[in-house]
Amino acid sequence: MLKVDSINVAYGDLQVLWDVSFEVREGEIVVLVGANGAGKSTTLKTISSLLKPMSGTIEFEGQRLDKLPPNKIIEQGVVHIPEGRRLFPDMTVEENLIMGSLYGEAKKKRYQTMEYAYELFPRLKERRKQLAGTLSGGEQQMLAVGRGVMSLPRLMMFDEPSLGLSPLLVQDIFSLVKKVNQEGVTVLLVEQNVNQTLSMCHRAYVLENGRITLSGTGDELMANQHVKEAYLGI
Amino acid sequence: MDVFIQTIVSGILIGGIYSMIGIGMTLIMGVMGIINLAHGQLMMVAMYITFVMAHFFHVDPYLSLLVAMPALFLLGAFIQKTLLNPLIKVESILPENQVLMTVGIGMVLTEIARFIFSSDYKTVKTSYSSSAIFIGKISFNVPMCIAFGFALFFTALLFWFLLKTDLGRSIRATAQDSEAATLMGINSSRITVITFGIGSALVAAAGVLLMPIFYLFPDIGGAFTLKAFVITILGGLGSTVGAIVGGIVLGVAESLGATYIGMGYKEMVGFVIFVLVLIFLPGGLKRLTKI
Repeated sequence: MLKVDSINVAYGDLQVLWDVSFEVREGEIVVLVGANGAGKSTTLKTISSLLKPMSGTIEFEGQRLDKLPPNKIIEQGVVHIPEGRRLFPDMTVEENLIMGSLYGEAKKKRYQTMEYAYELFPRLKERRKQLAGTLSGGEQQMLAVGRGVMSLPRLMMFDEPSLGLSPLLVQDIFSLVKKVNQEGVTVLLVEQNVNQTLSMCHRAYVLENGRITLSGTGDELMANQHVKEAYLGI
Repeated sequence: MDVFIQTIVSGILIGGIYSMIGIGMTLIMGVMGIINLAHGQLMMVAMYITFVMAHFFHVDPYLSLLVAMPALFLLGAFIQKTLLNPLIKVESILPENQVLMTVGIGMVLTEIARFIFSSDYKTVKTSYSSSAIFIGKISFNVPMCIAFGFALFFTALLFWFLLKTDLGRSIRATAQDSEAATLMGINSSRITVITFGIGSALVAAAGVLLMPIFYLFPDIGGAFTLKAFVITILGGLGSTVGAIVGGIVLGVAESLGATYIGMGYKEMVGFVIFVLVLIFLPGGLKRLTKI
């Protein structure tokens, strides 16, 4: 479904991704794990076309994403839930949801999808007239996911959804990611929370210093000696 | 007491027009993060359009709104698209240099106006220019009241647009987080073009509405750019509600200054407020209203 083929990405003169290749198949949850600064967010930003690769290609269902301007990616069915949630703080919950459905099919089905989003997150419905900036961290993350759902995506990319949340809320967010996946949305998840994500994913890649160093199913990586030492602290 | 009430009334009436000037500037500020220092000069262009329409084609100044607003929308959009946006793409140029570009644009507009119309003062006289309605002892200048009514109408229309349409929401979203807006499919450079157009159309409306009351000369723009700047700072950068309040406050303050200190000190009052706000309420009224 999504095919990233040996991309090299740099910020100015500073190269951060080296020959990164991986693949996400339809219906999967794929996790990209790695430490701070390994290039995880950069990878997602490149898929979203916010950054252009120096070389390499990104294909989604046969369409070259790296050739599209960043504002056209969401229309392809790929939505990026950015790190830090990045809501529109001075807009209400409802308006934030609307912003996820500006174009095409998503716009036509806007209020239908909104009902669905409120079913997923009854809390958001209670707070629908409240400004997004006044929500709690957990509610903001729900809204960020809800806003993504509004675009009727086929692939959802989450950038560290657990960041800054209490362990209990982290559980909630991950079960939410699973739920979205069960509804038929393919998921690409970027996380530092290695333990929990490896146990819920279908496949995973390990990103270290801008290179993919390991890949396999979640269980395989959990059993891997290097992963154990470097990420699980066993 | 009558004098005081009269002063406040005149202040509020002119304040309505000031608000519209300020809203245009604050919208542009919100989306692009720059102060448009050609704002008053764009208003001057709209005033000359009104003058030409009235003088050569005998069109009522208020009808010129239908010409001046679309014309300035296009001029503003053109400026943003061809002169300001290319500056963002060049990495070696600081984004702040867009501000310097707007200064240059303002100068060019002023000199073009001087070239075509010379520096002479122009006015548009209408049959109702100096008519007034009296309620008790308080007089309401008719063109000022019409202008205030239009200002209310355009402001309400703008708020409806910003709050209820997808395009308006996209403008607000871009102002609040432009990268997130891009991820939601918004073409932010198109939004900047539209916003600059809307800001220019609003200031054009203000110019047209001022035309029956004011006299016109090429350098009038600079004074209004400064007023718009004061209003924007007073209201809080990027705050539309703040700009409305800021405009009214400036109008009333100038009016009080003119009555109780002296006509010549009218402008000074505005700048005293400007300095006081910067010292005691940096962030402007937005700090109080949160919008």
